[in-house]
Amino acid sequence: MPQLTLRNVIKSYGRNRAVDDLSLEVREGELLTLLGPSGCGKTTTLRAVSGFVGLDSGHIYIGQREVTDIPPERRGIGLVFQNYALWPHMTVFQNLAFGLQLKKLPAGGIRDKVQRGLSMVQLEGFEHRYPRQLSGGQQQRVALARALVLEPDILLLDEPLSNLDALLREQMRFEIAQIHKQAGITSIYVTHDQTEAMVISDRIALLDKGKVVQIGKPEELYSSPANRFVAGFMGTTSFVQGKVEQSRGETIWVRTPAGLSLRGRGRNLRDGQEVAVAVRPEHVRFLEAPVEGAVGAAPPPEEANVFPARVVRASYVGELIDYQLDLRGSSLRARGEVARAVAEGKQIRIRLDPDNLPVLPA
Amino acid sequence: MSLKRILILSAELVLLVLVFLLIVGPMMSLLLWSVAIRWYWPATLPQEVGLDYWRQALGLEKSLAIGAVSIVPAFLLSLSIAVTVVAITMLLAIPAGYALAKYRIPFGPAILFLFLMPNAFPQQPIFVNLLGLFTRLRLAGTVPGVMLTHILVGLVFGVWITSATFRAIPSHLEEAARSVGASRARAFFRITLPLAAPGLLSSAVFVFITSLDEFTGTFFIGLPFVNTLPMTLYSSSGYNMQFASVIAIILLVPSILFMTLIQRMLRAEYVGGMG
Repeated sequence: MPQLTLRNVIKSYGRNRAVDDLSLEVREGELLTLLGPSGCGKTTTLRAVSGFVGLDSGHIYIGQREVTDIPPERRGIGLVFQNYALWPHMTVFQNLAFGLQLKKLPAGGIRDKVQRGLSMVQLEGFEHRYPRQLSGGQQQRVALARALVLEPDILLLDEPLSNLDALLREQMRFEIAQIHKQAGITSIYVTHDQTEAMVISDRIALLDKGKVVQIGKPEELYSSPANRFVAGFMGTTSFVQGKVEQSRGETIWVRTPAGLSLRGRGRNLRDGQEVAVAVRPEHVRFLEAPVEGAVGAAPPPEEANVFPARVVRASYVGELIDYQLDLRGSSLRARGEVARAVAEGKQIRIRLDPDNLPVLPA
Repeated sequence: MSLKRILILSAELVLLVLVFLLIVGPMMSLLLWSVAIRWYWPATLPQEVGLDYWRQALGLEKSLAIGAVSIVPAFLLSLSIAVTVVAITMLLAIPAGYALAKYRIPFGPAILFLFLMPNAFPQQPIFVNLLGLFTRLRLAGTVPGVMLTHILVGLVFGVWITSATFRAIPSHLEEAARSVGASRARAFFRITLPLAAPGLLSSAVFVFITSLDEFTGTFFIGLPFVNTLPMTLYSSSGYNMQFASVIAIILLVPSILFMTLIQRMLRAEYVGGMG
């Protein structure tokens, strides 16, 4: 399987730069997700790779072969669309066979490949159905099989699960990841759903305003966000504003306007710089209920990052309770066990895990 | 059954009868007139019926009655003009409609509007002007001249309906075809064209019927040398109601046939599965 390389790709629509000097490498057999909010350029990038969008400048290579000016039908790519794009006047078999027939394969070979494609997506026996006789999930599986039977060099998936309902979407994530592992095709997956990206990707490239903000393994983006945009996009994150008080290596102390001193991790920060501390719900730990009167007292020096907080809202969401806390004027999201629920309005003490508190330029 | 329900049912029945009378009524009168040999006031129904006028119209019997001529030559002429007009119009309309639907064409909406022009104004002044032009081009009074006129009038149906049809077919269906290795042309012929077929066919039927029924343009450009069926109907209707009724019914037949065909096509399997 060849790798896919994008070099300095630029594409503008009018005065708006949809893709702004983007360079990217998708490794052999890897599934790379282009993640980002709508308008970040992920779809334009995908369409540039597929050949339906011409570049203003830049180069695209599949393996060693430059495909920048090659039309879509000769790029050796497979495409899966958000709305499936199955041909409604053809049966499932005909949908899968169309590309194989264009390759002038013998009828027997086509039948075998179609069968193998359908069994890959667990749709044996659906050959003679028309697309409208299938459910959304089945249609998307047919679309996936249609792309896979041609054994493309590169597989491009454009928000393939966005039209499915939540339950099916979750199930299909695993299925696509599984199929990708089986087929081992170098793939680009476009989505705006970060959970989907986390589940499915080998690596994620987070895009904003036509540029790659950060690229890496899902856990890298999650635990070491490069900036506030990444931290805010990956998972639920609360931000506590403040200024760098002092730093020692990667350990940073941040003082908030309310006078709290938070310890976290950060890089390339000056003393006095305006920063935001990214707090994830799972790194907020509830300590024993505080003694009355201890409220507002400074934490003992040996116990870093322990603060008094007030429960503003407690929402029961089933397996846990979703809290909104007030930390001296900053709003924090936290999670707690149902068995140890804390009522709204209660004063509590929390500990923020200093090893998991990224300090980012504000 | 409650009173309300009875009221609703009877209202529906009255409406149905009214619609039936409005649509089918005039045609019934045409049918009656076409077989009426003697029908004088105050009789409700013809005093004497027979197929004499039909036989005369179809050229099976010679008659000296005013306005009664064999309409077979006029019918064949109208039919061949209509078929040619449909072929040429669709050859122009399919690429034009596709381009207007799928590409960003400068002044696209204005171009679409342009096709409406021959139908947007009173037709007489347009065709009088056209007659001047066609006379200079030696097209006046010729079959090609009449065909050109019909194309002019029919293009609006051709281009408007085809472009709407193509616009309704999602572009990603063609893109999917390209992604599995189909060239632009093959993607069009294997994917878009079959999906567009019902729309294209109905557009062709509109053009066909427009040509078959076209009067004003043919009157100015074609007469007295090109005598289409509507021309014959016009010249005979003043003298002979029975004969005019026969022609009117014959003009209706192709329309009814084609409407049935469209309905069949629109019910075809794949239309429901778009998207």
